[in-house]
Amino acid sequence: MNYLEYMQLNPFQKFGYNIGKFFKAVPGALKKFFCAIGRFFKNLVLGIGRGVGNYVSRFIKGDWATKLSYIVMGVGNVSKGQVIKGFLFLLIEVGYIMYMVFFGGAYIAKFGTLGDTARHMETVGGKHVTVAGDNSMLILLYGVLTLVLTAIFFVIYIANTKSAYKAQQTVAAGEKPIGFKEELKDLLDNKFHTTLLAFPTLTISVFTILPLIFMILIAFTNYNAQHMPPGSLFTWVGLDTFSEVFKLTDGGAGAASKGYTFIELTKWTIVWAIFATVLNYILGMIVALMINKKGIKLKALWRTLFVVTVAVPQFVSLLLMNQMLAVDGAINVLFKNLGIIQESVAFLNSTPLLARITVIIINCWVGIPYTILITSGILMNIPADLYESATIDGAGPVKSFFKITLPYMLFVTTPYLITSFIGNINNFNVIYLLSNGGPNDPNLYQAGRTDLLVTWLFKLTMNSQDYNLAAAVGILVFIVCATLSLITFNMTKSAKNEEEFS
Amino acid sequence: MIKSYKFRRVLSNTLIYILLAVLGLIWISPLVYLILHSFRDEGLATVSYLIPKHFSFQNYIDLFTDTASLNFPRWFMNTLIVAIFSCIISTLAVLMVSYSFSRLRFKARKPMINIGMILGMFPGFMTMIAIYYLLKAMGLTQTLVALVICYSAGAGLGYQISKGFFDTIPRALDEAATIDGATRNQIFWKIILPMSKPIVVYTVLTSFIGPWTDFILCKIIMGDNVNNYTVAIGLQKMTSAEFFTTHFKRFLAGSVVVAVPITILFLKLQTYYVEGVTAGGVKG
Repeated sequence: MNYLEYMQLNPFQKFGYNIGKFFKAVPGALKKFFCAIGRFFKNLVLGIGRGVGNYVSRFIKGDWATKLSYIVMGVGNVSKGQVIKGFLFLLIEVGYIMYMVFFGGAYIAKFGTLGDTARHMETVGGKHVTVAGDNSMLILLYGVLTLVLTAIFFVIYIANTKSAYKAQQTVAAGEKPIGFKEELKDLLDNKFHTTLLAFPTLTISVFTILPLIFMILIAFTNYNAQHMPPGSLFTWVGLDTFSEVFKLTDGGAGAASKGYTFIELTKWTIVWAIFATVLNYILGMIVALMINKKGIKLKALWRTLFVVTVAVPQFVSLLLMNQMLAVDGAINVLFKNLGIIQESVAFLNSTPLLARITVIIINCWVGIPYTILITSGILMNIPADLYESATIDGAGPVKSFFKITLPYMLFVTTPYLITSFIGNINNFNVIYLLSNGGPNDPNLYQAGRTDLLVTWLFKLTMNSQDYNLAAAVGILVFIVCATLSLITFNMTKSAKNEEEFS
Repeated sequence: MIKSYKFRRVLSNTLIYILLAVLGLIWISPLVYLILHSFRDEGLATVSYLIPKHFSFQNYIDLFTDTASLNFPRWFMNTLIVAIFSCIISTLAVLMVSYSFSRLRFKARKPMINIGMILGMFPGFMTMIAIYYLLKAMGLTQTLVALVICYSAGAGLGYQISKGFFDTIPRALDEAATIDGATRNQIFWKIILPMSKPIVVYTVLTSFIGPWTDFILCKIIMGDNVNNYTVAIGLQKMTSAEFFTTHFKRFLAGSVVVAVPITILFLKLQTYYVEGVTAGGVKG
């Protein structure tokens, strides 16, 4: 369709056309997403190839000092007069070797098996003594730490060879290599990003990336209540944990199956995420429309009434809700006074259905104000003449909501919708504080009927110490969320127009 | 005709007023209940009527003076200390990361942004076991230092909002300053930061509020060391079966003490919040 044809359409058809275009773009976005992943790996391989090539060619072209600094770091710099820099390189190398000899090496050596001797009793001179043995958990943790440190060391090592070669070239060109002071000054100017990012990168590496690698690796071991260090060892089991998650049939009679639990919780998580997202979105938009309608006074008051619930810390409002929904809580009192019910109802702890409906309704109470907050501004941007022409054509408010407001908003806020869908999949607070997963069900392994995958993950780690299972579930949740949000990210304009203001 | 149109509009507006009033009542009533009952003098944990009969400040006084079994003032101080330190560290980290990603150009920029995005997609507490053992290896578990580390270590990953803000400052300013001989360091402190007061304020306040509302991490790190609890888990402990009858009214009072300042701050800051959430989440 060309521009002229498009301009001849009426507003509704234009919207229809736009929406259609948007959904037609989804497969394209998917394709682009997978292409991007492919490109990433291609670039990675090419980059490594280029890196190795440069590394070798620098060695061949280098003089004796540069060649020597491939083994003893910093020699190249020292011989060209950059003494402090060279010694810093040397110091790092010595430090790394010391670390590997006295600490890291032992853990790396056992990394493949995660330890072979468990804690056991030995008879030494007629006495029974407990021998400590290996601790698989520490081997894994320090093994990962050593790997991360090795990666950092490798980067510094490559920088060392580059720096040595650069110094050599500078001298060959008849210039003096820059001194340490200038180099430090450069850290505040051309290399300012190194200064700024050094500290955050370090803390994120140690407290986010390292734990993440550790937990991802845990999913491929049998680290659970039966294999708890330091008492016993755990070891690599490959994909066994994942096959346990996807195994539907029950192993032992009567025992709750993990596979069944996973399927049930996944179903509920999806139902929950859809209901929580869609209800909050549509109802929140309707309330926002009512508040912003022409002729409605006290707009600020109405807005504040709702927004206050966003502002109150979630743990306060949810713990309070939990108490109000209890058998002798305020809501039962209110309903009895109004004559709606005769007997107290345990909203969160009787039947699964009632509990699920309750958490969804309470989540509306929590979530609708967010939608009001987010959508108010966008709703004001819908051209007023659209509504006017719709009214003239005889459309009522309901019809114009479904034919104008909703399509427009869907078109504009799809990325937000997907983000909040992901947010609801991971909505830990609401479930944990409100129902704590209850009512419990003996058919589910360590879970109740309102447990989401994330709260199950939490219970698996805290209550039953099924660390491997929890890690596997975490990875699966991550894969779903990551795919969804990468697609969204690729579709949003903001990612492409990053430099619009520059 | 005109009269009937006007009549219809008045009718629909009245209906909307009624609906808004009912909905507003539903939304605000739990909070009104919270405040009313935090002043309730009579009864134990719960009562079989909605509006208290006698009001007093007794719950608030008990909350701060009766520290024998549950020490709320101490929790309050703990949270304050943790909040101040993690606020300083996280604000610096966030500003440093977002400034680099927004204004500086270097080879590793794009890969780092992508890694940051991917890291943010893992369920946050998936790593808590590993963090717990790391802290244990450092001998820090059950201490406030551990909490500060946990709250501020990953703060750099929350760079998106302030990066979005920095992106809107014209690059011509940087270029002009560079021509005048300013280093990147000087540009950051003397030009960009003074222009970014709103986003600095927003970052400071959100990272200050964080420790007051976080729950899970603190619970895992502190375990049974009740003395080092923060207000969030402390208040949850008051609603546990063990303390419910004696402490529920104090829980209400404590919730009011924590929630009122945060609520006021949030209402002041809501425009930034909206900008932050919609940045990158809404197509323009």
